[in-house]
Amino acid sequence: MSFSATNFAQPRPVPVGVRSNEKPLSSDASRFRFRGPPSFLGSPHSLRFKPIPPFKLAIPHSQRSAASSVTHIANGKMVKSSANLLITKEEGLELYEDMILGRFFEDMCAQMYYRGKMFGFVHLYNGQEAVSTGFFKLLKKEDTVVSTYRDHVHALSKGVPARAVMSELFGKATGCCRGQGGSMHMFSKEHNVIGGFAFIGEGIPVATGAAFSSKYRREVLKEAGADQVTLAFFGDGTCNNGQFYECLNMAALWKLPIIFVVENNLWAIGMSHLRATSDPEIWKKGPAFGMPGVHVDGMDVLKVREVAKEAIERARRGDGPTLVECETYRFRGHSLADPDELRDPAEKARYAARDPISALKKYLFENKLASEQELKSIEKKIDEVLDDAVEYSDESPLPPRSQLLENVFADPKGFGIGPDGKYRCEDPKFTQGTAHV
Amino acid sequence: MLRAIRHKSIHPAFCAFRAFSSAAKEMTVRDALNSALDEEMSADPKVFLMGEEVGEYQGAYKITKGLLDKYGPERVLDTPITEAGFAGIGVGAAYYGLRPVVEFMTFNFSMQAIDHIINSAAKSYYMSAGQISVPIVFRGPNGAAAGVGAQHSQCYAAWFAACPGLKVLTPYSSEDARGLLKAAIRDPDPVVFLENELLYGELFPVSAEVLDSSFCLPIGKAKIEREGKDVTITAYSKMVGYALKAADILAKEGISAEVINLRSIRPLDRSTINASVRKTNRLVTVEESFPQHGVGAEICTSVVEESFGYLDAPVERIAGADVPMPYAANLERMAVPQVEDIVRAAKRTCHRSVPLAATA
Repeated sequence: MSFSATNFAQPRPVPVGVRSNEKPLSSDASRFRFRGPPSFLGSPHSLRFKPIPPFKLAIPHSQRSAASSVTHIANGKMVKSSANLLITKEEGLELYEDMILGRFFEDMCAQMYYRGKMFGFVHLYNGQEAVSTGFFKLLKKEDTVVSTYRDHVHALSKGVPARAVMSELFGKATGCCRGQGGSMHMFSKEHNVIGGFAFIGEGIPVATGAAFSSKYRREVLKEAGADQVTLAFFGDGTCNNGQFYECLNMAALWKLPIIFVVENNLWAIGMSHLRATSDPEIWKKGPAFGMPGVHVDGMDVLKVREVAKEAIERARRGDGPTLVECETYRFRGHSLADPDELRDPAEKARYAARDPISALKKYLFENKLASEQELKSIEKKIDEVLDDAVEYSDESPLPPRSQLLENVFADPKGFGIGPDGKYRCEDPKFTQGTAHV
Repeated sequence: MLRAIRHKSIHPAFCAFRAFSSAAKEMTVRDALNSALDEEMSADPKVFLMGEEVGEYQGAYKITKGLLDKYGPERVLDTPITEAGFAGIGVGAAYYGLRPVVEFMTFNFSMQAIDHIINSAAKSYYMSAGQISVPIVFRGPNGAAAGVGAQHSQCYAAWFAACPGLKVLTPYSSEDARGLLKAAIRDPDPVVFLENELLYGELFPVSAEVLDSSFCLPIGKAKIEREGKDVTITAYSKMVGYALKAADILAKEGISAEVINLRSIRPLDRSTINASVRKTNRLVTVEESFPQHGVGAEICTSVVEESFGYLDAPVERIAGADVPMPYAANLERMAVPQVEDIVRAAKRTCHRSVPLAATA
């Protein structure tokens, strides 16, 4: 199955993110429609007045060539470039390595779980690697990512070392959260991975807040270069949750630099998306709130990457949020405790044939971007990284007893911090606790 | 209700000079909160307000009056009616070092956002092993108002105080309101700041020290509002006023009550409470909320664990009635502790049965 569009069985109409009657989603529309949005929407920065064409991923299948070239999207117009490939060799190898890291890591997790080294809830990402790789490799280190419980690969793609993630899963003190978070709560301040949330929909407002903080720092605190973008990842089940809609509303209202990425793998544990949702086309919910809604094939890393590029640039420019629905599939069950009996084996086989790693491999071979040798050496390298990670985690110590009560408060004495930045309880004047009237 | 409350008897010599000295100013709790927010916002540009009606409406209870005009709509954000959404947005912003003050119109509405208060604010510092702190303040009126019915009258102190990672503050007077709110905003941890709607309009005397813009009260320290030696009465928020009135009544009957204004429910100032009980040997806990698993239960356990030998009588717990708040005025009065209940409980601990006259 080559990478050309015609082979993908996608009966869906391709979405276009306009509200109605082909009126472009002008940034000014929201300003005049609502009385009194925060004035940083109407700030005199040049970000605002750039006319923004509607964000289109309008590539009807009939227009694609069967050759290995893919039409390139630029400013709403479609430019056919048969000579240009979507990625260079380096990018291709980077994408391949990232997806292999994700896949092998998750397979290793399963092995370790069955050997008893990992415990609790473990949710694996096999099959969905195209979504994370497609987005993450376009991000800067300062950009923020918020995820759900299926967050191992998100943390790895963002740059958290495999050793740190593996030890966290083993519950060792050398984990990225010193063993206090676990599989579902991956945090890394250095890499701007702020969760890891167990409740679905919980990460979306937090991501919206992170986007808000980036906008606040740019507009109110006047920090130069505060153009960090936030990505919120969540699933199809979350799209029925109230918090999702609350945040779509506020993100569009305040034009926050956020991208809502729906990893629609069609199943929420055993509940099929079609059984749970009145209108299963999630991308449509974007325009209802005034932001572009895009649907993309989440098993194809290059397509995801193209959409991601546009969405991220849009957010960085200050044009506001985007809702991207990635149709993808998880090859394993919801978690390692899920027997996965409800999904039709034929459906699983169909998606297994569309494995994103095999697809990228094929693309790289067909376009002579990489040889079998190079890919094998990448796989070998990743094998070594993972073996090292497991060994490191095995040898790491368990958290000491004293760690149990640590990190509850940033201010441990509960007395607050004084104006000079020191803990107030250290200031003799205030430890009396009384101010005489 | 609106008369000013004197905390301590003023020295007679001081009284004589009152006309000439810089007399204690009076301030309502509303003005105290407003001035605290104003000063903290002007001192630190990272502080911003978020909530329903905090901007153009000047605050549902006028606590944020004038702040929109002063700081602009980027820092005083009127939100849509989306508690879960904007509480989470506040948490996300706090992850990145901003200092949001999120207002809930009443804390009853915080139940829609409680997932974010507990799971993404309180627990994040622990889950991330110290990488991400959450310097957020959730504030708003808590507890019963007058005639607002069951869904607007619950006190949430016990619920939030049960959760590690949160700090829970309950101011009573204007001094408490100013000092604790400033401390809360400067604190690097999530703080739940429980005010009381009926106290907003009450006048309290404030000293010049309180009016200073760097005035802060320590979090985790209770205040002994009135010294006594026969029985300790602990209370928070509006019940402190009731406890003080009860103490006045008890004084006339020869019982000297020590009234402790808890100020901070989490961390609870166990040392002050225990020291007081060791002095008086009797304890009455007063709260407005439902009795089961409440603040009074926690104080009682703390005293039993640490000062059991010092107790001369069982601990008396005064709490609201174990029913959702009724609407009818007379039923509501019965569902909330009144001064007489506190007096009766104190007398019971002093082995003075009611209605017999007090013995020496």
